[in-house]
Amino acid sequence: MAELYLNSKFVGTVDNPIEFVQKIREERRKGSLAETLNVYYNEKANELQLESSKGRARRPLIIVRDGTPLLTEKHIKQLEKNEISWSDLVKQGVIEYIDAAEEENSLVAFFESELTPEHTHLEITPLGMLGYCTSLVPYGNFNQSTRLNAGSKNQKQALGFYASNFSVRMDMDVNLLHYAQRPVVNTIMHDISDYDTHPAGQNLIVAIMSYKGYNMEDAIVLNKGSIERGLGRSTYYRPSIAEELRYAGGLIDQVCIPDKDVKGYKTEKDYRFLEDDGIIYPEAKVREGDVVIGKTSPPRFLSSMEEYSLASSTRRESSVNLKHGEEGIIDFVLVTENEEGNRLVQVRIRDERVPEVGDKFTSRHGQKGVVGLIVPQSDMPFSASGIVPDLIFSPHGIPSRMTISHLIEMVAGKVGALAGRYINGTTFDAEPEERLRKELLSLGFKDSGVETMYNGQTGEQYTAKIFIGNMYYLKLKHMVANKIHSRARGPIQLLTRQPTEGRAKEGGLRLGEMEKDTFVAHGASLLLKERFDSDKTVVPVCESCGVIAIKDNYRSRSYCPVCGENVEINDIEISYAFKLMLDEFKSLGIYPKLQLESKY
Amino acid sequence: MADLISEYEDKLPLKIIEELRASMPKGISDSKMKKILEATYEEYRNARVIPGEAVGLIAAESIGEPGTQMTLNTFHFAGVAEMNVTLGLPRIIEILDGRKELANPMMEVYLKKPHAAGKKIEDLRHLALQIKETKLKDIATEFTINIAELTIEIKLDREKMKEIELTSGKVVDSISKQLKGYNLRDSKDSIILKSRSKEDAFNEAYKTKEKVKDITVKGIKGILQVLPVRREDEFIIITGGSNLADVLQLEEIDAYRTTTNNIFEIEQVLGIEAARQAIVNEIFKVIESQGLNVDVRHIMLVADTMCVSGTVKGITRYGVVSEKSSVLARASFETPIKHIINAALVGEVDNLNSVVENVMINQNIPIGTGLPALSVRPQKGTKEK
Repeated sequence: MAELYLNSKFVGTVDNPIEFVQKIREERRKGSLAETLNVYYNEKANELQLESSKGRARRPLIIVRDGTPLLTEKHIKQLEKNEISWSDLVKQGVIEYIDAAEEENSLVAFFESELTPEHTHLEITPLGMLGYCTSLVPYGNFNQSTRLNAGSKNQKQALGFYASNFSVRMDMDVNLLHYAQRPVVNTIMHDISDYDTHPAGQNLIVAIMSYKGYNMEDAIVLNKGSIERGLGRSTYYRPSIAEELRYAGGLIDQVCIPDKDVKGYKTEKDYRFLEDDGIIYPEAKVREGDVVIGKTSPPRFLSSMEEYSLASSTRRESSVNLKHGEEGIIDFVLVTENEEGNRLVQVRIRDERVPEVGDKFTSRHGQKGVVGLIVPQSDMPFSASGIVPDLIFSPHGIPSRMTISHLIEMVAGKVGALAGRYINGTTFDAEPEERLRKELLSLGFKDSGVETMYNGQTGEQYTAKIFIGNMYYLKLKHMVANKIHSRARGPIQLLTRQPTEGRAKEGGLRLGEMEKDTFVAHGASLLLKERFDSDKTVVPVCESCGVIAIKDNYRSRSYCPVCGENVEINDIEISYAFKLMLDEFKSLGIYPKLQLESKY
Repeated sequence: MADLISEYEDKLPLKIIEELRASMPKGISDSKMKKILEATYEEYRNARVIPGEAVGLIAAESIGEPGTQMTLNTFHFAGVAEMNVTLGLPRIIEILDGRKELANPMMEVYLKKPHAAGKKIEDLRHLALQIKETKLKDIATEFTINIAELTIEIKLDREKMKEIELTSGKVVDSISKQLKGYNLRDSKDSIILKSRSKEDAFNEAYKTKEKVKDITVKGIKGILQVLPVRREDEFIIITGGSNLADVLQLEEIDAYRTTTNNIFEIEQVLGIEAARQAIVNEIFKVIESQGLNVDVRHIMLVADTMCVSGTVKGITRYGVVSEKSSVLARASFETPIKHIINAALVGEVDNLNSVVENVMINQNIPIGTGLPALSVRPQKGTKEK
């Protein structure tokens, strides 16, 4: 007798659990019970678990009866002729979905040849254990699992041909790779997902060698000639959006070229690209600070004194302009209406991104790296047949990471490129390496994939033979152009008078708590003080009550808010943050009294 | 000879002077001795810390930086047989926080000659059993209350008692010592307890039954495990649980070397100086076990600050930090509002003498280049302008 649980709730007992489980499974395969129902018999605990709830991870398997799979040649032929579909197979009880618990009661064979009478299921394909992105890694079964994870993660960040209607889309922050190619070394998943309609990389000639230390620590060296021929070139799209908001009292924002009497008017030069409707024209070359959409807003407070004194309605300037560090060419202008019926103006800016030092590239095996040097083609190493690599990858990236698939892909890519065919590199089901090597030999190359190479600068032959081949490389969306940042002086925060934070606000680079400690450890007291001078202020202090006094520069007099004018007031230099803290103390009802002392 | 050395008495620390006196060869010529003394003094001067060196911060960085690597190592716990030892970062935090309750208190009990130099480890069984705490519930099979007579009957496991060399007479003795107001009767296989007071309720009997279970019948309270091991060429006993005061009472013990990892016990039994040394030893042990290299002097400085007040204080807002004289320095550590409000209530004055306060208000910190100041003594007789 076993306890029966339905969706983890006790519902009763069953006398013969094994028979019961069998019955349930038969009924499910027949179709009289829901296909989503899974049953699991836990022999140790003598419990039956029936599950029909949402959110379980389940996977399809071919049912096996007496050592023979229920999926026959007949089914496959019907599938090929499109007479039946996947769901028909599920309905017929040929394929069923198993959850994690029921899997414990099953014995699953990997390949049909391994089937024994004890087996209950047959794997449709061993690739089924991997997800979409991981299936895209060729020769994945030669790798450590962590590298496979890294490889599939990297592919998600790759630039490619993401949508064919990109020219009329208004996506935020998109990149489009020029000349995207279909990989020479394929997997079955590339076919299934129609990868050739949205490719995300390029087939490059890769040599594994050092290049003067410019590719150490995972860096890569690129061929300048290849870049000029379009390698890794991409376009970055970013829209600017302005909406004509409605305010109380029938007031409304207006997209236009602002009048000169508008509050906050920039300079005429800033508005030079705007056409009569206040919107920039396409193909204008814009830089940071340039106005893209001219806009004015109604005054913030209607009843403010200014409004009465000036007869004309002073509107506020609220144009959209390019932020710090942005530049590009106006690509596309769109004028529509949004859900609330407000006029909406969107302008898309395009910026061509040519690979530069610092851009990130990766193969499909978790071997990511940053461009360390761009070398003129004439200085790149070349092979006996005159082949010049597009990219030089460091050999030190291989041993510790053990990405064998990276090496195999290079051989496979080389064979594919030479023989003019695509290579199937599906994990667990790839074209075997030995065959590739044999073919490479028959094509007139060394079967190991190495070639004699020559130094591009001196023409000398390298002592070592260089492993060179063809592989699929991806350009990742992390580009220096979006990240580079420095500041000597710039904007400060209103409250603390300390530098702003972050690249977008042209912020400073914080000298933090631990960095401060290093100054103290060196005893560099005065240097530390100077570094923290960013918010220094001079405040007058009343000597008699110790409170911050007031300095009136108009009337050139100082007075204390507590003691009046006839007290000694002296200036002290402190950080503004400290002055703020004193103010905060006062707001708490604490009286912080400063006792001044002569420094000398 | 003595006067030559005594010339250096106010230049060199006492310990070095003593060492010089002890190791100076007899009949040494004055000129040679002078050279030796000069060389010693030179060496001593070079070893001294420069005024204004940020020793505390350098110590903090020197311990903190390898500490970050420790977090990554998962070697926080190591097992000696069945014994658990806290190692790595958790142990360092435990010591520096000055925690009274340790996760794994432990003792290393060194033995006097005849015991330590034994042939077989089995010979220590008797001694080990004397140290290990045995509670009544460990040797009893059953505790029952006779409701009619309101007596408690404890059935004993004779085999277990034999194993640990215990007789029922001894058990009765220890019960009567630790439980007052009860009459004890030792019958064949059990001990029967009866209350002497007449009006004893069932509740009372039940409470006593639970209390009786935890009575120590043999060994030292708090020693939960004993493990005799061989260290170099002698036997020692490692214990789980610690009770330094009672273990030191045992005759077979070498009291000079026996120690515990509980710093508070050391402080109570052996005094603050011993506790300071214990802190140094314990921290150093952890750092060494991680294969890291930190100069002892950094650890010594930490131990010194923990012990200056005369009792062991942790580096927490209740311990060492609460001793700081500056309000702003205390507030910048933890719970700022509490410190500011309390300072406001009593009208504390911050003289801005230390580092943190001066960083806060952006003034010179009195360390390194910020330490020297210009002082001017006006000459007498100069006229004021």
